[in-house]
Amino acid sequence: MIGNAENTIKIRNNETISLHNIPLLPYHKFYDTASALLGQAHYHCVNYYGFPYKNSLHLICAVANDHDRTIEIFSCQIANESGIHLESLTAKHYAMHCYEREIAENFGVVFTNHPWLKPIRYPHDRANKSDTINTYPFYSIAGDQIHEVGVGPVHAGVIEPGHFRFICNGEMVLHLEIQLGWQHRGIEHLFLKKKKLLERTTLAENITGDTAVGHNLAFVSLMESLGNLPARYDKKLGYERALALEMERIGIHVGDLSAMCTDVAFQLGSAVFGALRTPIINYTQLWCGNRFGKGFLRTGGTNYPINEKLISKLQFLFDDFTTKFNEISVYTFNLPSVLSRFEGCGTVTLKQVKLIGAVGMVARMAGMVRDIRHTHPFASYTDIPYKPAVLTTGDVYARGVLRKMEIEKSTLYIQTLKQNVMSLPESPKPVYKVNLAPESFAISLVEGWRGEICHCAITDEDGELAHYKVKEPSLHNWLGLALALRNTEISDFPINNKSFDLSYCGYDL
Amino acid sequence: MFETFKIWQHQGKQFIPDVTKATLTEIFRGRPEISTESVNEAEVAELCPTSAILTNPMRIDLGRCTFCGECELAYPKKIKFTNDHKIAANTREALIVKEGDTSPIKIDANAVRKEIKSFFGNSLKLRQVSAGGDSANEWELGACSNVNFDMSRFGIDFVASPRQADGIVITGAISTNMAEALQITYDAMPFPKLIILVGTEAISGGIFEGSPAIDRSFLDKYKVDLYVPGNPIHPLTFINGILTMIAK
Ligand code: SF4
Repeated sequence: MIGNAENTIKIRNNETISLHNIPLLPYHKFYDTASALLGQAHYHCVNYYGFPYKNSLHLICAVANDHDRTIEIFSCQIANESGIHLESLTAKHYAMHCYEREIAENFGVVFTNHPWLKPIRYPHDRANKSDTINTYPFYSIAGDQIHEVGVGPVHAGVIEPGHFRFICNGEMVLHLEIQLGWQHRGIEHLFLKKKKLLERTTLAENITGDTAVGHNLAFVSLMESLGNLPARYDKKLGYERALALEMERIGIHVGDLSAMCTDVAFQLGSAVFGALRTPIINYTQLWCGNRFGKGFLRTGGTNYPINEKLISKLQFLFDDFTTKFNEISVYTFNLPSVLSRFEGCGTVTLKQVKLIGAVGMVARMAGMVRDIRHTHPFASYTDIPYKPAVLTTGDVYARGVLRKMEIEKSTLYIQTLKQNVMSLPESPKPVYKVNLAPESFAISLVEGWRGEICHCAITDEDGELAHYKVKEPSLHNWLGLALALRNTEISDFPINNKSFDLSYCGYDL
Repeated sequence: MFETFKIWQHQGKQFIPDVTKATLTEIFRGRPEISTESVNEAEVAELCPTSAILTNPMRIDLGRCTFCGECELAYPKKIKFTNDHKIAANTREALIVKEGDTSPIKIDANAVRKEIKSFFGNSLKLRQVSAGGDSANEWELGACSNVNFDMSRFGIDFVASPRQADGIVITGAISTNMAEALQITYDAMPFPKLIILVGTEAISGGIFEGSPAIDRSFLDKYKVDLYVPGNPIHPLTFINGILTMIAK
């Protein structure tokens, strides 16, 4: 990597560039560049991570411009050894906290003036092996009236593990600290270790199984970009993928509405929303053989082109779904017993979501318009625009109603796709080997149902993957749940947790 | 109130009347069948992302298979995935489908621990632990209790504490960071401590096999009572597997 006169290089979503074109800055300049961009409201950091290259450590930063569809990339080189001190960006821009924590944990970099330099996930290849998941440095508050409640990693329900430490005054939560890492499976390492495309795409589908389509879409887009495959420009493929992605969104959102009803003991909503999820995911199964869309997306094309029969089934499905969904959602969101639990519960403000750099639904429920489909479109969103739904109250109610609104918007979007997709020329077949451009960098952003997914890949001189980076939206949003719980009754934790429905395994990787 | 009844009525009957007889869409990938057609076996095996295809004679190990369907797409005359979802078994060997084999996957009644049949014919309480699970299996286990599959009608439920549980249902390849918590949960359960592995990752590690971040030593210590393959499992595979295992 050699520097050029500019401080950043501007690229687009799913674009590949030569590593040599990424400006390489000394840290103080890197810091100033990042800081100047992040000081403007229409920029946000979509990825910032360390990449060991030759004998040094390269820090690569990707800051998205939400106005002109570009992403600014820049880098910096430091010695790859534990104990290097760097001035923290987080001290000025809180949203950078998770990235710097990750770099600190992976490589032993010390970010000075970072307010919360704690481990993220205790990865197997962390810099300091004497730190273990059992030695996490919890925050504590002293006081006669203060008590702590620890929950997890194993929970009462059928969900993934995470540890929640509440500091309470009576029933009131003063502070919630969420400790994750239990699910760490070494995903990023395996992307390099497993060499076959099919192995890697299987990994992408397993980052978090509830977002198999979303994460795998980021992966296949990266491979198509690095391999410069014609699939990149295939319209029909883009439509089919967006259709699969919106089905995934509807399936999870309606399932989460069911879970939210369960948590406030509204049995009818729990049962009906739960039942409505079934035909949605069964449709995905009818299309590709799997209810979660595993095995669905492939690099270079598709094994499951949409056909007339599937299109007519889709019509049939939504005719029935929409009526039933409207009926139960109107009833639910007007029911006093539900509203009394949802409204004003677990509020996160616009100021807070901006500070923590929230993405996806968690940003949009509190008034922040952040949606990759809108700002950095991919697949069909480049020619059929999507306008995000946004609410402002930031409470459980907003998280529930936003799900309802997104289901309605996705349904409408699917109608448009449906009307146009069959007139397009056949999409290509997948490839199982791809030659990647050597010494290159590529980035892919996808708006999954939880929000902004970002995958980045770097290749070596031989065009082999040298580094693979996954960012799951939950990396940002878990802090939103922690903030929601402040000054909230501890008994409202389950409903808040469900209303966010964040990923453990996607965060832990 | 009237509104409630209307919604009820519009929903109609949602439950599957007989889960043992329910069939799935044609394209669902359940039990595979391998024909005797001659192919380059090494090539087929090489294509599989999780080394689930064994050669000479050709076999598919459902404990390793991610059901991606790629082998069938590449060799449609050799491999055909049927929509038979009853693929749970209580021995590891029973998950290996051999060339020419078209018989259903069997749960060996003789291999089921005696106390399971005598105690749990009408009620079974399970504790779920996700140890590196990717949440898809967890969603499907949750779906087992929804109005469609309604597993509770058979007295099978997930419970909140290991103290109340007859067995543990494990999902995930078992991450090193969860290994201790899994052991503690298991130790907290009363006898007879059934172990049910749900999903390919739990059974063999799946795509995570060989990862430096997983630790499967827990499984070296105990006998597994039921293997439920899938990526993720289908609720019908889980429910039917359990029902057959506890049938008197
Ligand atoms: S379906 Fe199973 S056996 Fe066939 S390639 Fe995929 S993982 Fe391998």
